[in-house]
Amino acid sequence: MAVADQQRISYIASQAADVRLNVELQTEEMTLNLGPQHPATHGTLRIVARLDGEQVVKADVVCGYMHRGYEKLTEVRTYPQVTTLINRIDWLSSFANEVPFILAAEDLMEVEAPPRAQWIRTLFFELSRIANITLFIGEMGVQLGAITPVFFAFRDREYVLNLIESATGGRFHPNFDRIGGVKDDLPKGWIAETKDAMRRIRGYCDELETLLMGNEIFEARTRGVGVIPADVGLSYGLSGANIRASGVDWDLRRDAPSPLAWKELDWKVWTHPDGDSFARYWVRLQETREATLMVDQLLDGLPSGPIQAKVPRIIKVPAGEAWAHTENPLGEMGYYIVSQGGLGPFRCKIRSASFHNVSITPWLLKGVYVPDIITILSSLYFILGDIDR
Amino acid sequence: MMLALEIPYWQLTILKTVIVLSIIPAGAIILGYVFLLKMMAHMQSRMGPMEPGGYHGWFQLIGDGIKFIQKEDIIPSEADRRVFALAPLVVLISTFLLYVVVPAGPRLVVQNLDVGIFYALAVSSLGVIGVLMAGWASANKFALLGSLRAAGQLIAYELPLVLAVVGVVIQANTMSLQGIVHAQADGAIFGISWIGNPFILTQIVGFGVFLAAAQAELTQTPFDMPVAESELVAGYMTEYSGFRFLFFFMAEFGTAFALSAIAATLYFGGWYQPFFKTGIMADVLGPVVLGAKVMLIAFLIFWIRFTFPRFREDQLQAFAWKFLIPVSLVNIMATAVFKVVL
Amino acid sequence: MPELPGLAKGLGVTFKTMINTWTKGAVTVQYPHEKEDLAPRTRGVIALKEENCTVCMLCARECPDWCIYIEGHKEKRPPRREGGKPRTVNALDRFDIDYALCMYCGICVEVCPFDALFWTPEYEYSESSIADLLHDKDRLGEWMVTVPDPPALEAGAVKKK
Repeated sequence: MAVADQQRISYIASQAADVRLNVELQTEEMTLNLGPQHPATHGTLRIVARLDGEQVVKADVVCGYMHRGYEKLTEVRTYPQVTTLINRIDWLSSFANEVPFILAAEDLMEVEAPPRAQWIRTLFFELSRIANITLFIGEMGVQLGAITPVFFAFRDREYVLNLIESATGGRFHPNFDRIGGVKDDLPKGWIAETKDAMRRIRGYCDELETLLMGNEIFEARTRGVGVIPADVGLSYGLSGANIRASGVDWDLRRDAPSPLAWKELDWKVWTHPDGDSFARYWVRLQETREATLMVDQLLDGLPSGPIQAKVPRIIKVPAGEAWAHTENPLGEMGYYIVSQGGLGPFRCKIRSASFHNVSITPWLLKGVYVPDIITILSSLYFILGDIDR
Repeated sequence: MMLALEIPYWQLTILKTVIVLSIIPAGAIILGYVFLLKMMAHMQSRMGPMEPGGYHGWFQLIGDGIKFIQKEDIIPSEADRRVFALAPLVVLISTFLLYVVVPAGPRLVVQNLDVGIFYALAVSSLGVIGVLMAGWASANKFALLGSLRAAGQLIAYELPLVLAVVGVVIQANTMSLQGIVHAQADGAIFGISWIGNPFILTQIVGFGVFLAAAQAELTQTPFDMPVAESELVAGYMTEYSGFRFLFFFMAEFGTAFALSAIAATLYFGGWYQPFFKTGIMADVLGPVVLGAKVMLIAFLIFWIRFTFPRFREDQLQAFAWKFLIPVSLVNIMATAVFKVVL
Repeated sequence: MPELPGLAKGLGVTFKTMINTWTKGAVTVQYPHEKEDLAPRTRGVIALKEENCTVCMLCARECPDWCIYIEGHKEKRPPRREGGKPRTVNALDRFDIDYALCMYCGICVEVCPFDALFWTPEYEYSESSIADLLHDKDRLGEWMVTVPDPPALEAGAVKKK
């Protein structure tokens, strides 16, 4: 990656030159508030940046504008109600939010869902990954100024949303996972439609590779920008594609035990050694393609059988504590449930990926230019609902 | 401009002013509707406006204009009121003055100055002052950032614009735009003189540089750092709403129309068409032909706008100073050599 | 400096999309004139089959938003067989769903033991006043005609009894 190194070196050199100039000219600092309402922050995130010219001296991230009190809400809801609510934490890949919660509850109840249910869960998990990341791939273009890719993103994402709608009833919030299995089986013709949609998504990935990733301006904007060394990323708790783009080969689907069907599939974990914004984009693009291939394998190998294990009508989870985590599209998401035998959890701690992903931002934004703030924020890819819960 | 009947000079001036003042919004609306609304939509797999006016939403921009005029005039409390109000007018005046030299027919030009293209380039740089005024008077840090970026960018890209044009001037032997059209009309390509000698053939490099520099002068992506929508909300235009924003919008698209017309005149032969070289038909067909060529060039400008992400400010400046200016200087040298040799 | 191929290929992609829109049509649906066909399981609005409802209150209890308002009273009905006791039956007075609160989660439909609630894909019931979004039991009964049949299931599924 000689080009990336070259660009990184020239970027650092220009930053150093700027700092020298600022010191020589004794310029004053300006505080810029990329406030809660801003087109670039994905929701209500506030960044208070002290600028010297166009360079950031110090950046503070203020989150919490979207705090909805999820963990408190789960204390006064029953398990089916909590499943409905947690759909809305990371609203772009809703099904993926339900899965770790249900897995933790099944752990406490010592109930195992039948194989067809596990395969359908994996299927929808990967579909929600595709729905989420296709939007990212297009939306990073908008943050950089290319307005067309995001429309392609919405256009091709519709296919996935329509699939989720025809199986579960809801496009964004499927509310489909249940303790013991899934709610409904797949309607007739769904497998063929899904295969067609996966073909289209692969075409979309190819199109975006030509339109955006192969674009020299895009490369100039993202290579060498926002480099996260692997050890720094791990110490801040980064997860998902962010840490894989720094070269760390860590994916919970492969590395953590899970009853879902990932073990039965033949797939690859994508990493990139550079750790800059381009690497994060590249890893996510490859992951989307990989997810479509996984969906194809899941459709081919779907076992037949029941989709729900025997659970009582009124679900009371026995007392105990359980932790379950999965590789969500945004990173590692986990739930720690403390149960006291009631209808709902006594206390539920939600470990959301974006909260930890965004914590590296003050360290990362030191010394970058104002346009690069936007590049870095959009390449880290957080959803505000995930940060604030 | 000579007409059949004799009109006193001051009435002629008023007539020309009225005509130009109506061409600016008309050109802006046509360009905005066809390219910004419809072509962008088609490139994004959607239809664009369909409802206003019934047929493919042709009334959309006119309706938007009427809506802007009747909006409340909001001026931030900390803003410098007079400068805030004057800034859009300065940009609009720079656009208006551009149309003075663009010829639309053998006799259809407001004033056929001998230094036509030089005057046009000089006057187009007045817009920078308006942008700076807007950003400073807005009392808004985002606007300030945007206008400072604009100042750097617009001044930097003046040079490639001028240098690209120098190649054409060398080849045409005159700076007057009518003269350049006639030079292309009377020229010949290897002896075939039917379509004349449009300078695009020999000045292709200059055309590329001119197009890139024009794109930057219009602050269109990939050079739209001053108006970087995802960072600065609307850059120097952030605090402008209502009819003041309408002025900025009309100025931007009016300048796009004017720069495309100048590019069409310099490189594609302007109003010249090989069928009716003189006479009343040339005056009637001239604007139509010029309009078609403007649409072609505007298509290129907007096609690039919708496809590419934007440059960062330092990359933008590096592109201008380290790439466009050397290339245009080489182009001038090559043109001069060929002019002497051939 | 930028070599043309990458930039030019990107221009090709947008140009090709433009031609596709001209020849094959846009992907958008011109909403008021054309409407999309929705899947039968789409959660549009909830319909109530009044004769099945026994006022067990399970749906109102399980709703995460508590947007279902039920009132009923006990009635005596004639016995089923001759000479038996008159039986007490729950009669439904009021069954309102407040769609301003409803999350469209479907727990009420799923939890109902007597199959009195159904999903339908109707979605065009927006009102200009929020109070009109409270559908009373007659309006909920009217939605029943729009309830589609449940779709056939894929191969390999086990039919629910």
